[in-house]
Amino acid sequence: MSVIDTSTGRSPWLSAAGMKALFRERPIIPLLGLLALLVILSQVIRPGIVTPNWAGVMIRTAVPLAILAGCQTITMLTGGIDLSVGAVASMSGFLVATLVGDTGLAGAIVIALVVAALFGLVNGIGAGVFRVHPLIMTLAMSLVVLGLANVWQLIRVQTGSGVPPEFRTIGADMFFGVIPVSLLLFAPLALLIVYTLNRTGFGRLLYAIGDNEVASRLSGAKSWQVLTVLYVISAVLAGVAGFVLSGLTNTASVTLADSAVLPSVAAAVIGGTSIFGGRGTYTGTMVGALILTVITSILSSLGYPEAVRQILFGAMIVLVAAAYTRIVGE
Amino acid sequence: MEAREQVTARRDGKLAIALKRNTWTIGLLGILALLLVITKLIQPSYGFAGVQGLAISVLPLAFAAVAQACVVIARGIDLSIQSMMAFISVVAAVMMDERSEGFAVLVVVGVVLLGLLMGAINGSLIVFTRVPDIVVTLAMLFVWAGSALLVLNTPGGGSADWLRQLTLGPVLTDWIPKAGLVLLVVVAVIWLPIRRSRLGLSLYAIGSDPLAAYRSGVSVGRTKVFAYMLAGLFSALGGLALTASTGIGTPVPGPYTLMSVAAVVLGGVSLAGGRGGVFGPIVAVVILQLLRTDMTFLNVDTNLATVVQGLILVGVVMVGSLLQMRRGRK
Repeated sequence: MSVIDTSTGRSPWLSAAGMKALFRERPIIPLLGLLALLVILSQVIRPGIVTPNWAGVMIRTAVPLAILAGCQTITMLTGGIDLSVGAVASMSGFLVATLVGDTGLAGAIVIALVVAALFGLVNGIGAGVFRVHPLIMTLAMSLVVLGLANVWQLIRVQTGSGVPPEFRTIGADMFFGVIPVSLLLFAPLALLIVYTLNRTGFGRLLYAIGDNEVASRLSGAKSWQVLTVLYVISAVLAGVAGFVLSGLTNTASVTLADSAVLPSVAAAVIGGTSIFGGRGTYTGTMVGALILTVITSILSSLGYPEAVRQILFGAMIVLVAAAYTRIVGE
Repeated sequence: MEAREQVTARRDGKLAIALKRNTWTIGLLGILALLLVITKLIQPSYGFAGVQGLAISVLPLAFAAVAQACVVIARGIDLSIQSMMAFISVVAAVMMDERSEGFAVLVVVGVVLLGLLMGAINGSLIVFTRVPDIVVTLAMLFVWAGSALLVLNTPGGGSADWLRQLTLGPVLTDWIPKAGLVLLVVVAVIWLPIRRSRLGLSLYAIGSDPLAAYRSGVSVGRTKVFAYMLAGLFSALGGLALTASTGIGTPVPGPYTLMSVAAVVLGGVSLAGGRGGVFGPIVAVVILQLLRTDMTFLNVDTNLATVVQGLILVGVVMVGSLLQMRRGRK
């Protein structure tokens, strides 16, 4: 199935029918292959770097990205996108750090998630009821969230509380220096997302709406309700990612997760989620997040600045989206 | 739409059509006049200094709005405008720094060509990969932003004196700001001939119905690339305006893309394409900027002003898509 005949055609990668089928049916296999290649590349560049501890660090770094990419996966399945995840994640991390002194950890988490859900609700109503393009809706929302977070920062400037130690444990600690603690949070969350997408009616509705909105409406799905709930879920997930990220970096700032927005889209796209909607899996997205994390580590070990990473990720989105468009033949 | 307008044209006479075609822009001018009166009431000292300051601060955003209008008319959207502006701004600032005034003329010509080239890259990627505009330009947003950071990591460089003088101060009477005149002349010189040409008509044609345009012999792909080249050209002018008005290059731009989308929608260009012009968005930009000025006069925190701008954008887009839905039902 995956045998490539290099003698036919200019790019066997795109033209070989077996490869096409492999990408279409099981994109996870070539993705894991790519991941393995990148790990080998890391080892070649810096011999001896690949250790269990290194793997743990990679996974730990990938977890917040994978959660944010989960937001993109579920929204992209319906043909949407959620660009407000960066602002919402930073906002909830920041909110907890500034509130934890007054309300206790549980109270602060609840408040942050409720606020995140409210922003998600506005996104959902805009995209679902008013039919504003999700990209514009969520981009505008990120402006609103950032502005409000800045206002909040000015109000709370006198309180000197920081990232709660519990977050630091979850985000940054590792069992035996190998297994990240964040997996305790992430593993059930990932299972829940995979289960919801594959086994529940809500998950099927997401695929249905993304595949053919008119058909799903004619067969009785109320797409505006689905979309409203979807963007609330996405915002809450972003909030959780914000907690982990603030723990991992031990910083609480209103722009903390901004630089993770493009990688989150890239992870979902590379993982095989179609930006047109109707196709994609969360397992693919998780591998996509790991691939991007390893690439980032390779780039930084070679001493390239952040700007190069931006250019590379942007180029990768276009290339991968183009390749999938060709292969799947949409 | 065009055809129907031309039929009524024969019946009504020229002035009537001019009025009919520009009802939206004329309405906006009314709002602008009202806002100016309100501004004068809030801040009695608001005079020609204020108007000139307004014109200078509006300049980059107005070019961004015109750039966005060109692609939106052709049923596209360009999210990379702000980073193209940033890229041009730093390239121009670095090249002009401590060089002769004459050399700066070459630089200006060079970066305008560079803008056309960047637009051509955006457009060709969209046409050849068949990936949606919104995805390609989102990726290119990061590619150009990264490139800008590679050229100049922090604000710096310089600007030729004549370029700075081009936007400063009044012309003829105290009440006509030079920046405003430059803007109108440049846009009119580029846009009006195009609008009247076959190519301009094709822009509207592929925006209003790509299939019908294709069947009447318009090369949809080539026209689309042309639309993005125009966007690149105006973004380059916007980038030059940034450098000219601040005297340095800024690698990290403001939210020009978002504001340009707001201005385009507020300016009467339908996001579904085929409708509107470039002068409506310019008036819309002035209105948005004046609102911000008024909020400063009223001592509203700048962060809250950002929130209000985001809300205005969301509101305008929502109302726009509601109108579109009602039109669709008829």
